[in-house]
Amino acid sequence: MSILLALVSTGVGFFVPVLTGAAVDGPIAQRDLRGLTLLVAAVAAVGLVEAASQLIRRTITAAMTAEWEVLWRRRLFAHLQRLDVAHHDAWDSGQMLSRATNDLSMLRRFAAFGLPFIVITPFLIAIGAIMLAFIHPVFVVILLVVALPTMVGVAWFSSRYKIASRAAQDVMGEVSTSVEESVQGIRVLLAFGRSPWATARFRAIVDRLRDHEITKVRLEAWLFGAVMVLPQLAMVGFAIVGAWGVVDGWITLGQTVAALTLMMYLRMPIEMFGFLLGDALMSATAAARYWELMDQEPRITDPDRDGRPAVGAAAEATDAAPRPAPQPGVLEFDDVVFQHDDAHEPLLRGATLRIEPAETVALVGTTGSGKTALAALVPRLFDVTGGSVRIDGVDVRKLTLSDLRSRVGVAFEEPILFSASIRENVAMGTQAIEGAATIDEERIREALTIAQAADFVAELPDDLDTEVGEQGLSLSGGQRQRIALARAVAGHPPFLVLDDPLSAVDVETEDRVQQQLRTVLDTTTALIVAHRPSTAALADRVAVMDAGRIVAVGGHEELLATSAVYRDLMGVSA
Amino acid sequence: MSGATDAQDSRSPHEPDELPPDIAARARRLLLDLVRPERTGYVIVIAVMVAFGVANAAGPALIAQAMDHGIPAAIAGNMRALVVPMTLFLLLTLLIGVLDFWGTRMTGTLAQRLMVALRRRLFDHVQRLGIAYHERSTSGRLVARQTSDMENIQTFLTGSLVELVAGLSMMGAIAVTLLVMDLRLAIVVFLGFIPLLWVSIASNRAQRRNQRRTRTAIAKVIVQIVETLGGIRAVQSFRRESHNLDRIDAEDDEYRRATTSSLFNVAWFAASTRLIASLSTAAVLLVGGWLVMQETVQVGMLTAFLLYVRRFYGPLDSLVQAITMYQSASAALEKVTVVLDAAPEVVEPASPTHLPPRAGGGRAIEFADVEFSYADGETVLPCFDLAIPAGQTVAVVGQTGAGKSTLVKLLTRFYDPTAGRVTLDGVDLRRLADAELRESAVMVTQESYLFGGSIAENIRLGRPGATDAQMRAAAEAVGLAPFISRLPDGYDTDVRKRGGRLSSGQRQLVSFARAFLADPDVLVLDEATAHLDIPSERLVQEALSTVLEGRTAIIIAHRLSTVEIADRVLVLDRGRIVEDDAPAVLIEAGGRFARLHAAWEESRV
Repeated sequence: MSILLALVSTGVGFFVPVLTGAAVDGPIAQRDLRGLTLLVAAVAAVGLVEAASQLIRRTITAAMTAEWEVLWRRRLFAHLQRLDVAHHDAWDSGQMLSRATNDLSMLRRFAAFGLPFIVITPFLIAIGAIMLAFIHPVFVVILLVVALPTMVGVAWFSSRYKIASRAAQDVMGEVSTSVEESVQGIRVLLAFGRSPWATARFRAIVDRLRDHEITKVRLEAWLFGAVMVLPQLAMVGFAIVGAWGVVDGWITLGQTVAALTLMMYLRMPIEMFGFLLGDALMSATAAARYWELMDQEPRITDPDRDGRPAVGAAAEATDAAPRPAPQPGVLEFDDVVFQHDDAHEPLLRGATLRIEPAETVALVGTTGSGKTALAALVPRLFDVTGGSVRIDGVDVRKLTLSDLRSRVGVAFEEPILFSASIRENVAMGTQAIEGAATIDEERIREALTIAQAADFVAELPDDLDTEVGEQGLSLSGGQRQRIALARAVAGHPPFLVLDDPLSAVDVETEDRVQQQLRTVLDTTTALIVAHRPSTAALADRVAVMDAGRIVAVGGHEELLATSAVYRDLMGVSA
Repeated sequence: MSGATDAQDSRSPHEPDELPPDIAARARRLLLDLVRPERTGYVIVIAVMVAFGVANAAGPALIAQAMDHGIPAAIAGNMRALVVPMTLFLLLTLLIGVLDFWGTRMTGTLAQRLMVALRRRLFDHVQRLGIAYHERSTSGRLVARQTSDMENIQTFLTGSLVELVAGLSMMGAIAVTLLVMDLRLAIVVFLGFIPLLWVSIASNRAQRRNQRRTRTAIAKVIVQIVETLGGIRAVQSFRRESHNLDRIDAEDDEYRRATTSSLFNVAWFAASTRLIASLSTAAVLLVGGWLVMQETVQVGMLTAFLLYVRRFYGPLDSLVQAITMYQSASAALEKVTVVLDAAPEVVEPASPTHLPPRAGGGRAIEFADVEFSYADGETVLPCFDLAIPAGQTVAVVGQTGAGKSTLVKLLTRFYDPTAGRVTLDGVDLRRLADAELRESAVMVTQESYLFGGSIAENIRLGRPGATDAQMRAAAEAVGLAPFISRLPDGYDTDVRKRGGRLSSGQRQLVSFARAFLADPDVLVLDEATAHLDIPSERLVQEALSTVLEGRTAIIIAHRLSTVEIADRVLVLDRGRIVEDDAPAVLIEAGGRFARLHAAWEESRV
């Protein structure tokens, strides 16, 4: 449609020289003022049609392309949110971001301005060539002589330009990652006075970006120079051959003039084509980059049932819920093996642990023994490489993600708060049961009280409505941890997975949190990753992890008596 | 305005969506500043582009000459009349090609130089802005400045600027030609300028508004994406996906509306310039035709004139496009200017003092009449004095929010005190060069941020010049070596995004290794062992006891195990030092610290 209108607005334009020509030859030569007025009115009318068709075309594409960019960004964003953590760890965030923003903006700009022209230009040139053939075939021969090397040149240009533009767009992603790191790691950079180091890293990237951009510009310079010169060379050829033909008598003066005039009109689209070619190639690269990311298959997905992929998780959750739970409240790790994609050896090598309903088990082990990995398997942030994880007796891979994650409350060692009010951050935990809509203030206060966060929240400028997270008030590590803990317990989930949830909290507060937490833990099946004897003491049993296996399970006192590894971990010298 | 809102304003992110009124002028100053060092280059480029435009305008005149007179003359036997204009045209064509080639190259090179300079300036400035700014700002917004905004400026500089200059000079050249050809008809053409100018100004104004909206909106979208990607674990665990999708829909909706109105504006602008061009052609035809009838103008002249009028309006389409890009680029530049205009709260002295040569045994620290409040007036540390002799290890304890972190942030000059002064060996920190201060005083915090790259690179952050052996020694001292030896590429293993390959305990050990490698006079540990298990903590403490020999140290720890190696304990409560003595003495005295210590002992099994 828009291409059609582009053809109309460009095509109608050709009438103007025809009309003016007619006016000069007709009414003006015959001194017919009335006829002249008529033709002038016709010129104005053509102008009106031309302007109107352009207005309509641009208006249509405007709404369309803007809509389009947003839609495709939404698709990518939704896809990124579905993509599993392992993929996220493997991709630079800047590479993901640049595909969602720069690449899509580039595609949108091209679709709005370049695309209609790059589609109609070959037609215009073809029509021009046919018209030349009607005037005299010799002109087409000249056109071809000029056009063939141009095409070879364009092919050469395209292959080079594609490489340079891909490299430049990839480096753009690195720029974004580098900026993000230098801002998020600003405390480390400041503490060590290493801003110059970060600056040097950034400069190296920017210099590479510049080099790729300059390569592009140099290639463009050749192309632009060529598309400027070649049509004009064709005109020189036309004039020479035309003059020779007229002198020899096998061509008329009128034919030569007509060919030259036609070529003058063809110049614009040919030049335009040159300018747009670069944009077209960049857009092709942008599209390739976009699809590369879209083509990453999420490896952690809802189970297939009845042969149809269950993607609409929310809808499926209700179907999955009434499934009979053979062993309600049991969290079980069965010979779990887990290995990162690019690791040489597994991190978990057959970990087996059964947590009974309403039981609390503390997971202890040295740094890097696999505790966090084991905890991350429960909400399926990662999937097991071997063995299985079961809740309520069902393999977690057999549950829809939404169902599974609504049953498991988690708190991470590094608390992540969203840019939202405290109310909303905590309420996220309750959406487990009654959906995002209901936000029960009573329950939020209760959760905050358990996490010993109620007092400091009450002192914040807007109480529960204080905005926190990256776009909000900055809280201390301990405060963030307590809000994250409140979020985990707010929904009263049947399962709790807490990864060292109080590491940044002072001893007195920790003590109070633990007293409160006991009431919650009495009715919840919980796995708590712990570093401290005090946290371990909170549990009914303690599981000791060493080199990817659970090596001992038992009560705190019992293990102190029997396990040397545990004594060592708890800092008790034998 | 209430005090509570004040507090929020000063401590939460503030990127005013309304720009300061003189932002356009400030952005222009910035641009001039960037252009100045290359001004010769810019003058040459503009000259090249003007020549290009003029040469482009002259070409058709020569062709017309060849067609109208050359060919008939050639038929009549006078080849010269054809050869001369054709040779000139050929030469002109080659000249145009060369001008275009060099113009494109030079513009591109200059634009890239400017982009590199602007990017560096922004990056350096953001690094200088200090912690107070970063606590209010978001990484996503700064990423938007360096990517999306910069991209827009670059697109304008490399592409549209050339079109603008070449197009305008071509129009100028043709305008002169028209004047020479026939004054009366030229005036008819120039009458079209009045509506043209009016439309341009109106559109320009609207575009400025639209593009500012677009830039603000896309930054919000980027912030949302960065935040989602950064917290993907939490997003998925708490099924935040659909909420995030709603949010990006809302923010992208504003972007879509801003983009659409900008494109609508382009549509109106382009269509009305087209209409003006056609009407002006019609007017020339009418007036010209009438003049021909009056026999004051020749038919050939009118034909040529009409041809030129058409060419005159030829570049208008690309000019419309270039003006839109110009507004987009200047809106982006304004956004960058806002960041560059933010004044760093902690400023490096112009003529710094040096620390006295180290006598051995660390450096003496003194807080004299120091007071610290936030910008909103909330006092964190009321006026206090504190002297720490060289070589002493001091533990600071107290509840969350007692002001412990603020105290050490003053010592490491993350903040400057509101009143009083902090000195190192008698020298006010504000008079020290940043490099010297950071070399003498290093802080390890609870958050152990890892940068993309290898483990070795991350440890070397402590001292970039360190040898391999020194770097390995630091890793061994904190007990990282066995873990690193199991990694696929040892020290050269990539840590993955934000150190994802390492556990949080291991990341903290990397921070320690950095600090050991940095080998400072004053070491500050702010909750630096929070994520460590007890055996690792013991190992670090063993290493610390040797490292801290001959050094001044301040240690903040909730776990009192660290206190065992301290010579002195400070207990902070609501910003005041309430106890200050050797740990044994405090335990004896039975105050706050004694109670904390008893609770701690009890918690350890």
